[in-house]
Amino acid sequence: MLKEKLLELRQQALSTIDSADELKALQEAHVRFLGKKGPITEILKGMGKLSKEERPVVGQLANEVRQLITARIEEKRADLEARQLEMKLESEKIDVTLPGRKTAPGSHHLLASIIREVEDLFIGLGFSIEEGPEVEQDYYNFEALNLPKDHPARDMQDSFYITDDILMRTHTSPVQARTLEKHKGVGPVKVICPGKVYRRDNDDATHSHQFMQIEGLYVDHKVRLSDLKGILTVFAKHMFGADREIRLRPSFFPFTEPSVEMDISCFRCGGHGCNVCKGTGWIEILGAGMVHPNVLRMSGFDPGEYTGFAFGMGPERIAMLKYGIEDIRHFYTDDIRFLKQFYRA
Amino acid sequence: MLVSYNWLQDYVDLDGITPEDLANKITNAGIEVEHLNYPGEGLKGIVVGKVESCTQHPEAEKLNLCQVNLGSETVQIVCGAPNVAAGQKVPVATVGARIAGNVKIKRAKLRGEVSNGMICSLDELGFDHNYVPKEYADGIYVFDDEVPVGTDALPFLNLDDALLELDILVNSAHCMNMIGVAYEVSAILDRPIHLTKPQVEEADQRASENIQVVIADPKKVPYYGARLLTGINVKPSPRWMQLRLIAAGVRPINNVVDISNYVMLEYGQPLHTFDYDQFGSKRVLVRNAGENEEITTLDGQLRKLTNEDLLITNGEKGVAVAGVMGGENTEVSAATKNVLLEAAVFDSISIRRTAAKLQLRSDASSRYEKGIDRNRVVSAADRAAELLAKFADATVLRGVVDAGERTVPDRAITMPWQKINQVLGAELTLEEITGTLKRLHFSVETEGCAMHVSVPARRFDVTIPEDLVEEVGRVYGYNHIKATLPEGTSAHAALTPYQKARRRVEVLMEGTGLSQVYTYSLTTKESAASYAVRNQEAAPTQVIWPMSEEHAALRQSMIPQLINVVHYHLNRQMPNVKFYEIGKVFLPVAGEARPAEEEHLAGIITGQRNERTWEGEANAVDFFSVKGIVETLFDALGVSSQVSYRPSNRSGMHPGQTADILRNGDVIGYVGALHPGVEKDNDLNKTFVFEVALDALIRHGEPGITYQGLPRFPSTTRDIALVVKRKTAASDLDRVIRKNGAPLLHSLRLFDVYEGPHVADDEKSLAFSLVYQDPERTLTDDEVNAVHEKIIKACADEFGAELRG
Ligand SMILES: [Zn+2]
Repeated sequence: MLKEKLLELRQQALSTIDSADELKALQEAHVRFLGKKGPITEILKGMGKLSKEERPVVGQLANEVRQLITARIEEKRADLEARQLEMKLESEKIDVTLPGRKTAPGSHHLLASIIREVEDLFIGLGFSIEEGPEVEQDYYNFEALNLPKDHPARDMQDSFYITDDILMRTHTSPVQARTLEKHKGVGPVKVICPGKVYRRDNDDATHSHQFMQIEGLYVDHKVRLSDLKGILTVFAKHMFGADREIRLRPSFFPFTEPSVEMDISCFRCGGHGCNVCKGTGWIEILGAGMVHPNVLRMSGFDPGEYTGFAFGMGPERIAMLKYGIEDIRHFYTDDIRFLKQFYRA
Repeated sequence: MLVSYNWLQDYVDLDGITPEDLANKITNAGIEVEHLNYPGEGLKGIVVGKVESCTQHPEAEKLNLCQVNLGSETVQIVCGAPNVAAGQKVPVATVGARIAGNVKIKRAKLRGEVSNGMICSLDELGFDHNYVPKEYADGIYVFDDEVPVGTDALPFLNLDDALLELDILVNSAHCMNMIGVAYEVSAILDRPIHLTKPQVEEADQRASENIQVVIADPKKVPYYGARLLTGINVKPSPRWMQLRLIAAGVRPINNVVDISNYVMLEYGQPLHTFDYDQFGSKRVLVRNAGENEEITTLDGQLRKLTNEDLLITNGEKGVAVAGVMGGENTEVSAATKNVLLEAAVFDSISIRRTAAKLQLRSDASSRYEKGIDRNRVVSAADRAAELLAKFADATVLRGVVDAGERTVPDRAITMPWQKINQVLGAELTLEEITGTLKRLHFSVETEGCAMHVSVPARRFDVTIPEDLVEEVGRVYGYNHIKATLPEGTSAHAALTPYQKARRRVEVLMEGTGLSQVYTYSLTTKESAASYAVRNQEAAPTQVIWPMSEEHAALRQSMIPQLINVVHYHLNRQMPNVKFYEIGKVFLPVAGEARPAEEEHLAGIITGQRNERTWEGEANAVDFFSVKGIVETLFDALGVSSQVSYRPSNRSGMHPGQTADILRNGDVIGYVGALHPGVEKDNDLNKTFVFEVALDALIRHGEPGITYQGLPRFPSTTRDIALVVKRKTAASDLDRVIRKNGAPLLHSLRLFDVYEGPHVADDEKSLAFSLVYQDPERTLTDDEVNAVHEKIIKACADEFGAELRG
């Protein structure tokens, strides 16, 4: 009797479990068949009424049925949980090709990037960074640089004067004179001087009344022109590529003697000639020279004991060459569409 | 300076050296050849023809039918030039020829008559019309009779030449003449120079009988020489001279004027010719002009002089502004018979000042300004006399009448010859060094370690040993010098604390989305005066001669220029922009011409804080998002605890949305919204700005870092909401809470501000989160409660604050 009932219960339970399609139904089946008031518990409770022969048989069968139901429920639970997880994952599916939430950083100005690159290179070579006033005394801007009043290379028309004696500096060279003076005749002096300078020019594609300069100065015992050549070679390769070569051409600046212009082999054509180098294979990059003894003397250095070199370059020119920028005014118009292009510069 | 390759061959053998080679060598030795032009480039098929006959075209009054002998044949050419005539030898562009502008000449029919080519004007052969002599300006060019018919015409027009345009800097003024260039090329090529001494046949009559020279101030006029030439026949100068002048960019006028120009080009010595019969006396007196003394110059202008200007006079009245321009009263004309020729030396500074003041920069004045060869003055006068005798039929009176020093000695420079190697970093032998100097025609003697160099006066730019280093270096070639690295003391280098902090400011600004800009320091007077962080009492610093109103005064703030940048973007449909600038502002100092310079940081932000995306709406920039940028900066620089804010009323700013930024009580900047009126005037949307004095913020770099161990005991967090009057500043509550919470109050954060129906109309509720902590132990509730109560009581006492229920 009980045996039949157990077998029927087994059948019932398994079909209920199999038809359960969610965890809740499964839980109900568990309570219904295996709970404390469930039929199997009832049967086990009623075992005492059975004969000695029947008892172990029914007992064993009841246990078997319970184990089978338990196992089937666990099996089904795992199955349902897996299905549920799968559904959850499915429901959480997103279009991963949609754009992410970006923070849009601002861009560093291209000229600032170039200046920083030059600064970092020269710091590595043992140069400090010196800055000076943009409104300068005539003395530092001209006289201390071997450009006495009435020197033909000096033209009042080219400078923004504030008074007869005060002007917007026309180059960063006055920082040289000020730095030398500060060292009171004792070397070494090894500095890079970046900054804004001003000339009385009409703004057009190649002229700007305000622009940047970076000046370098190295004064010590026994500094040679060949050292200048060495340092400038390092600079050229760093800024324009490892295969660059340089050449020095004689030139004239009042504050250096001898004076040179530095050309680099064209980075576009490698020296064969193209429109960047105007067919010459060489591009003029900067002016340089050995510090004029008058400049050393005026700033308190003994030219018999010390020599030095100086060089000056224009970050705008470097930027224009490097990126093929056609108009110097872009640097000061500050169009965001221009600025953003040099985010990585 | 335009240098004719053909002319240069008069002095130096250029065999085997192409114009390109020459240009490169000159450039590499220090004088940049800016352009190399071939004036005959592209011309083809131009021959010398002879007009055998010339008759009027039957159908056209202004055209002529010319039978032109081209050597191999005689062809008919229709010619419209008014100056064509039988018997002339002319340049003919034959059928198939190319003339200037790459125009091809074809056989043509003009009003029924065949034309087999074209008789050319100089313009048609590519000459610049400005330099074409007047006699050929409106018609064809006519050769002299020596030119052989049927040959290529180009060499006879110097169109087989190459022109090198030299960029003459201050130190290369010695190459502002052909002889100077010849010396340079001779040194560069290491080839000899051929110079011929002028041959002057003088008459018996002495010039000194007719003229006398007096210099008032020998310091300003070291030398003045005069020659007298009589019986002159004014006419066009010879073809070769005209062509050389044209090549050099000088328009031929007549033989007298041309010869003085030609000698200036050749010798570098400016010459002046006076019509002797108009001179008005037998005495040249060179003196300073009187104050306001007047003279009418060659160009017909009445010039008013000062006593700084040098004037050539006839003893009484002015006849020329010395070295700058002659007077109209003594100008050489077609009728001139007798000429007084001046070859003088004037003080360069004086000439420079006068030329600048009168705005009369001429070939002559620029040579005086940059320097002339003191030892070539008399030779130049002789050369002119030689040419005037030859080409103007002049009789040269005996002698040069002069005052001052005719010649100066060579300059002696003594130096240890090894200095050249020391400065260059080269290893030249003594022979190489002296050899190089001798190529430059400097004489050299050595004596042990010392080298005595005597430098001729024509090289007035070489005065000190370093100049000789340069001469050797440039002629030897810097390319032969090996690159080395300095052997001196190795120096430690790093950014200064300020420079380092400034770089961090840049990184931070860019991290918060602001892009860096550079604007101009010079702006309008109005802009320059506005938006200064600290009120400026004096007017902005101004430049004396601004280029324009736009760049007339120095900015005291960067905000006005940043407003312009935003305006620019709005005009181009870019309404959401954020910029910052780091730069100098210029603050006037009482009693000083120079302003104080301060480095400031300024920012401007307008439009949406973030772009609108597929997820949802964008948020407009507001005061607190901009203030947040400034606060982030101060946090990052470690100075937030020293910074406070207070409401501010500033011109150009929104009176209710602007705060001064103070550091330890001093105003160092401000942040806020632009005044709506300013926004309207500049077509701006709602725009926020800030400006901070970086000097005041990071002059000594950033504060150091003090490490604190991690807390080992838990903290207790309590929130309170305080109801206060609306006008109560949150920062004041913050200050009182911190003061009363110390030392257990570890941190404080405002997390809610409420105004609305749940509080009174004039009240607001501020909710703070307070974190209590003791590094040494766990706090008990009683301990926390005690401090908490103290804080609440202090707020009640100071602000009437009540706990919100
Ligand atoms: Zn190239």
